[in-house]
Amino acid sequence: MRELELYFGPQHLGMVGNFSITLKVEGDRILEATANPGWLHRGFEKLMEYRTWIQNFPMVCRINVIEPDSMEMVYAMAVEKLANIEVPERANYIRSIVLELSRVSSHLFGLWAYSNMLGFDTAAQWAMYHRDLVLDLLEELTGGRVYHIYIWPGGVRRDFPEGLKDKIVKTLHSIGSCMPDYDAVFFNNRLFYERAKGIGKITQEEAKKLGAVGQVLRATGIKYDVRKIEPYASYDKVDFEVPVREDGDAYSRIWIVRDEIIQSVHMIFKLLDKMPQGEVYNRVPNPFKWNIPKGETYVKVESSRGELGLYLVSNGGDKPYRVHFRTPSYTHGLIILEKVLKNASIADVGNTMISLYIIAPEIDR
Amino acid sequence: MKEKSKIKKGSFLSPFKAIKFLFKKPKTLRYPFELKEPAQRYRGLHLNDWAQCTGCGNCADICPNEAITMVEMPEIKPKPEEGIKNERPKIDYGRCCFCGLCVDICPPGCLRLSRDYLHIHFDISTFNLLAKDEKTDKEHFLPADKYSILKASLTHRKIDYEGFSPDLKYSLFEPERVPMPIIEPEERKKSFVEMALGYEEEGARKEASRCLECKLCEEACPAHLKISDYIKAIAEGRYEDSLRKIFEDNPIPSICGRICLKHCEDACSIRYRGEPLAVRWLKRFVADKAVDYRKVLMPEILPDTDKEVAVIGAGPSGLAVAYFLKLKGHNVTVYDALPGGGGMLRRGPPLYRLPFESIDKDVNYIKSLGVEFKFNTEVGEDIQFEQIYNDSDAVYIGIGMCKGRYIKLENEKLAPQAVDFLKEAKFGEKVKVGKDVIIIGGGNVAMDVARTCVRLQLMQYPEQKTSVNIVCLESWDIIPATEEEYTEAQEEGVLFNVSWGPKNILLENGKIKGLECKAVKSVFDEQGRFAPTFYEEKEMFLEGDMLIEAIGQGADFSFLPKELLEKLEFTERRKVKVDEDGQTSIPRVFAGGDIVNLNLDAVTAIADAKIAAEGIDKYIRKQQS
Repeated sequence: MRELELYFGPQHLGMVGNFSITLKVEGDRILEATANPGWLHRGFEKLMEYRTWIQNFPMVCRINVIEPDSMEMVYAMAVEKLANIEVPERANYIRSIVLELSRVSSHLFGLWAYSNMLGFDTAAQWAMYHRDLVLDLLEELTGGRVYHIYIWPGGVRRDFPEGLKDKIVKTLHSIGSCMPDYDAVFFNNRLFYERAKGIGKITQEEAKKLGAVGQVLRATGIKYDVRKIEPYASYDKVDFEVPVREDGDAYSRIWIVRDEIIQSVHMIFKLLDKMPQGEVYNRVPNPFKWNIPKGETYVKVESSRGELGLYLVSNGGDKPYRVHFRTPSYTHGLIILEKVLKNASIADVGNTMISLYIIAPEIDR
Repeated sequence: MKEKSKIKKGSFLSPFKAIKFLFKKPKTLRYPFELKEPAQRYRGLHLNDWAQCTGCGNCADICPNEAITMVEMPEIKPKPEEGIKNERPKIDYGRCCFCGLCVDICPPGCLRLSRDYLHIHFDISTFNLLAKDEKTDKEHFLPADKYSILKASLTHRKIDYEGFSPDLKYSLFEPERVPMPIIEPEERKKSFVEMALGYEEEGARKEASRCLECKLCEEACPAHLKISDYIKAIAEGRYEDSLRKIFEDNPIPSICGRICLKHCEDACSIRYRGEPLAVRWLKRFVADKAVDYRKVLMPEILPDTDKEVAVIGAGPSGLAVAYFLKLKGHNVTVYDALPGGGGMLRRGPPLYRLPFESIDKDVNYIKSLGVEFKFNTEVGEDIQFEQIYNDSDAVYIGIGMCKGRYIKLENEKLAPQAVDFLKEAKFGEKVKVGKDVIIIGGGNVAMDVARTCVRLQLMQYPEQKTSVNIVCLESWDIIPATEEEYTEAQEEGVLFNVSWGPKNILLENGKIKGLECKAVKSVFDEQGRFAPTFYEEKEMFLEGDMLIEAIGQGADFSFLPKELLEKLEFTERRKVKVDEDGQTSIPRVFAGGDIVNLNLDAVTAIADAKIAAEGIDKYIRKQQS
């Protein structure tokens, strides 16, 4: 058969996000896949070198559209570490709650993308609707629906408004009560099983070697979660399970996403119960005169897609000297994707890609 | 294939389960008939209250996207002395990212975000908008019944629709000042030791780092010191740079750092919701920090011009003029009747506020540059004005206002004048104070006198009952003394009788027995001129054995020969008339300070001196060429 080169994305219907893969195909079979990023490069890391410490805070969240809060968190943590700023206890709880809410919204969005890709439109619409309910909660807390611009160095930007606690509990209960519907329509559906089982499979050794994190790693049986290994915010104050599966394929990965939604919801309930009273913000120095002592740091958080790291260098000035993000989609989207697409069928490209939870803006930044 | 069997095939009826959803209420909103209400804190389009906005431009400075430009508004009258510019923020919604940093930095808290978020227009230029709110723009902010979502835009907005609002708890600036260590009232009134102890290095840096660099203060300062720059230098620990910056415009920082009336702090944008930056104390810190000004400043003096300038009066304006002219290479001689420099500041402010060492530090530095000081030399008595006038290329008069004014009451001569009393208290052998003192006047001089009396009474009548009463025409809201002064006076036990005017001095055996007072109806007339009216029938009697008048001072021009005095022109407000170079109507004679300006304070005197120094230099160089 003839060998063909197929451009999959950025305009391809099966592509989610501004990403492209160049496929070398023979018939329906992929011989070689080359990830081709660069459609969404905005130069954040460089832009941040030209903005002051506080001006960078509304900026970092834009790196990842789906889950901006983990970006805010990792930046705030890095700045706090460099400038030696203490965060009030209550702020840590609120941060954890926001991060978990945003994990739920991100996972629901992922579920939309995945089930939509497989043609499960009903589950996809539900997921989108439920995500919107979570965004409503985040809007009430932070004032923004998508970009929350809320977790900043020193704590969080505003305290919990009155009545939000009950609203969160109510909304999450109503989402949780729909889980059986999701299971019936999607997760326990044989079509999902048949489309996802064995797709994009990697072994534990490969996952370790290629630097996989998040669901991709946990789907191969490794219990790796930054929230457990190096707890930040208030994750050491609550008990939670890290969902793990053995098979390392798309099916396991999507099931982990489902289990994580449930874990997060339970965690939010526990955090809300334990949340202490008090201040939520330790004032940082005047932004026009804020110089951070010379130093460098690497901090990491568990974003909805896996370990998200930030390497931040200060040379004692009012702006960062160098910023570098280690984003989970980078290895998943460039290295693992190329590997697992080998010998796959064209119809499974989107399927594999979304199951790896690849967010294009994270790769390009 | 084996694994697949784990999941059962569902019943063929299960799709019909979906029927139940047909009877549920749909979740989607039918926009625009059904609207989604944004959250209380929603970060939407901007609101700005123009009446509160100072035009400081902090919002434009903090904006990460440079979406905000400050636009000059000709219809707004700038008030530099109050720290109000006629600039207002214009927001480019093509750039705005709705982060709300502008809200959290806004010092008056007038910039807010509303819950409006819609703007639809075919013209791109409409995406630039001067932020206003319903108070500023009644036309485009509409009540619910006139508002339609179909027209929603930047110029069709809802009223009372505020979203993300400023909250001082989360503001990006620090509203609270680093407190100045001050000796407690009970302790400080026992002596004339300086009561404000001065910032430590850590405190000064912390206080300096509160500055937002909006420079409203620089416009408010009569001498236009580069406040923002020297504060920044302090915040960064570059104290010597800071002192050099101050000396560009003000050669007496040690004095001004203590007694300046701090017009800058009255313009500070942080004052709206917090305490203004302690600019004065920071200046004092830098001045005190430098042990030897000369070593720090290493001044460059221009080559000698061989021209003589005489300065009459070694007060702030005289000192400043001498300093600026010496740097330009002229020979300067300063004449003053007092035994040291400082002029009014040497004779007036009590030592607990301004110690002699601080005055001498500044004066000695100016002396070290080569300025000749002739102290204890009263012009008109020890040396004649004609002689000075004939021997010099230019003369600067900065004599200040040292002659007390009289109320014109009977038996007034028994009551000493405030300025004389203060001078006595500072230089005299031992000034006698009464047990019950009554002071007429409500200005800062009256406060100085009252607080000096408190201290003298404690020394002269230990453990006896004494009192100090202030009688002033003005009520609390228009009292001329600064708040700092009258609160500190109250803390030290001074009693205030505001809105009372003197009527009659009562005597007993030729000694003062007390003061009869009448209640004040109004202090100013409709044009705002000083013209007090009284309720003649409402009276009060204050007992006291000493009465001091502190109702203001005038200038004493008796040293001028008659023919020159006749030539000297005055303004309507009885001030010496000077041109833009500071020159009076007498050729070669320049003037500045209290005899010229209406502010009557040290920093304005320096501002006058700067103008006059430039004028004298220009004049001399013109003569030369």
